[in-house]
Amino acid sequence: MHGGKVKRGYTRPLDLKNGHIEMNHGSGGRAMTQLIDQLFLAAFDNDFLRQRNDQACFSCTSGRMVIATDSHVITPLFFPGGNIGSLSVHGTINDVVMSGARPHYLAASFILEEGFPLADLKRIVDAMAQAAQAAGVPIITGDTKVVERGSGDGVFITTTGIGMVPEGIHISGENAKSGDKILLSGTMGDHGIAVMSLRENLSFHTHIESDSASLHDLVATMIAAVPDIHVLRDPTRGGVATALNEIAHQSAVGMMLYEKKLPIHQQVSAACEFLGLDPLYVANEGKLIALCAPDDADQLLTAMRLHPLGNQAAIIGEVIEDSHCFVQMETRFGGKRVVDWLSGEQLPRIC
Amino acid sequence: MKYIDEFRDGDLAQKIAANIAVEVNQRRSYHLMEFCGGHTHAISRYGIVDLLPDNVRMIHGPGCPVCVLPVGRIEYAIQLAQIPHLILCSYGDMLRIPTANGTSLQKIKAQGADVRIVYSCADAVSIAQRNPERPVVFLAIGFETTTPPTAVAIKQAHALGLTNFSIFCNHVLTPSAISHILQSPEVRQLGLMSLDGFIGPAHVSTVIGSQPYEYFAEEFQKPVVIAGFEPLDVMQAILMLIRQLNEGRAEVENEFTRAVLPEGNIKAQLLVAEVFELRRTFEWRGLGLVPYSALKIKSCYADFDAEQRFQIPMTSIADNKACECGAILRGVKQPQDCKIFGTVCTPENPIGSCMVSSEGACAAYYSYGRFRDAYPATKVS
Repeated sequence: MHGGKVKRGYTRPLDLKNGHIEMNHGSGGRAMTQLIDQLFLAAFDNDFLRQRNDQACFSCTSGRMVIATDSHVITPLFFPGGNIGSLSVHGTINDVVMSGARPHYLAASFILEEGFPLADLKRIVDAMAQAAQAAGVPIITGDTKVVERGSGDGVFITTTGIGMVPEGIHISGENAKSGDKILLSGTMGDHGIAVMSLRENLSFHTHIESDSASLHDLVATMIAAVPDIHVLRDPTRGGVATALNEIAHQSAVGMMLYEKKLPIHQQVSAACEFLGLDPLYVANEGKLIALCAPDDADQLLTAMRLHPLGNQAAIIGEVIEDSHCFVQMETRFGGKRVVDWLSGEQLPRIC
Repeated sequence: MKYIDEFRDGDLAQKIAANIAVEVNQRRSYHLMEFCGGHTHAISRYGIVDLLPDNVRMIHGPGCPVCVLPVGRIEYAIQLAQIPHLILCSYGDMLRIPTANGTSLQKIKAQGADVRIVYSCADAVSIAQRNPERPVVFLAIGFETTTPPTAVAIKQAHALGLTNFSIFCNHVLTPSAISHILQSPEVRQLGLMSLDGFIGPAHVSTVIGSQPYEYFAEEFQKPVVIAGFEPLDVMQAILMLIRQLNEGRAEVENEFTRAVLPEGNIKAQLLVAEVFELRRTFEWRGLGLVPYSALKIKSCYADFDAEQRFQIPMTSIADNKACECGAILRGVKQPQDCKIFGTVCTPENPIGSCMVSSEGACAAYYSYGRFRDAYPATKVS
């Protein structure tokens, strides 16, 4: 605009290349509207958002509805295989679909730290938009708050998802029965190790990428093959071990795993080895655990393996009667051990 | 995984187990102490007990660096961390150990103290470099394995001219602890505890070598087999100990030849000797005061010694009365002999240090072996 005439009605657009989040981006004024219009609306664009209401109004069919919410805080924000944006979409969709539901809509709430680069925020928002579009689940309402520098860790994102459960499907953590087979959709620990490899005090080189993915299509395929799936769970924080302990307690059963059958990438296994971690406790963001009757297990496994997100699926164990609700494992070595709840963080060995 | 899977092979384990079963003398029992927490962890994690005959009993030793640190020294670290502006760097396990009044480094961290988990002593040096205006203390613990890295950090800080970095030194010595156990009244006179042989340390021995154990074999007539931390190493060491005992031998044998030399790592030993000297005595949890069992920083490096720099008086604090960590660390009791094991004392709310570290006998037993108490019949022998 060097000396030339400024067009009527021109307002300087958001500087998405070099700009930063400022306090007024959260104060409800013009700056906030500009941020919403030029960043969020532009990326998530849909009829609901275009109405610019504080809520989204939609009609629904009769039946069972599912709602799930998930807050996402992660360091670092960007990691091999995704970023906090894609993660916040995948994570919540997965929580919804573990009930057997089809996901319909998402809501997203952002807490932004003053000084956060707009270029980074755009990368995050674009990844969210892409993930939501790929899953066919629009983000239809949202909120933005800005906190002072030092009060946040760049970006926190909370997403809420809504879905509908098809008729006749009753999947719940309390449905595990003695004799059920336990299936895992793929390799353990990819997300956790990908993120850990970038942490300041650990940094090591690995080609492992986060497995962050939306599992709605895999679940739909599985339900089509075996409608009577008893339990579905995505083993995120705390890994496969924690998810199985939760299910064992919900259903008041025990479990026996076979270490030999656990799918794991060699690189993840190696990273866990030198960090002193147990991959059973390392986080996943694109895997699921399924429990079904023994007679259905082979059919379910075949259906999972035919899907790109389940091609390394395996039957990893079975449900047993146990009033103590222990998850046990037959080790590759030939002994048995408890696979306990995680207590605190996993820490490397000192000596 | 190359060089790892070979040492976790289930078929080989069954073969060794079969040999053990054939070679044990049914008319006697074998009480073998694995000194290191690393071995305790491997035994629990891979279910090695399931592969042993009933008359082969494993006794867990005191080789868990977190476990043997007495409450008084944890309290000292807490007082250090409360000095204004001070950054205390520590290995993660230390944060959860409770003191007499229930506080811990983790709790004072939540209240605002700057306590940081580091993965190595070198990380603490770089934190000191980045915060030149703040005192930075590294809480150094461990046996001979972690001592050389601490020596390197001190030399590095010295070379960098860092004036804000110091070490709270709690390094302890393995041979002194083994001597102390062998000389304890429970083992020597009272016959409270049978102890037939030792599985010698893996990583510690890479530094000190196999020679320091010759004394135990000769003086106390106890065989020692140095073994790696992989489960097959442990199985093989058990077999070697059983053979020695059957043949009436008491020798130092090295199963961990891929890493341990008789003389150890001379370079590391020289480095340690340059920076550290023996303490006249040192308090261990469970073992009490053990003469010449720990190291302190030499006077020429006194500037890097947190005890000399901050001059906080050291106090001895008794363990919680209900806690049996002391007896467990001496091998006199098993975790499940403790009244508060698994009830009041759990990994979430540890009362004693053995429940804190994954190398501690109580934590290993609680996390991996609880089903044996619940279903004793499931034991395969």
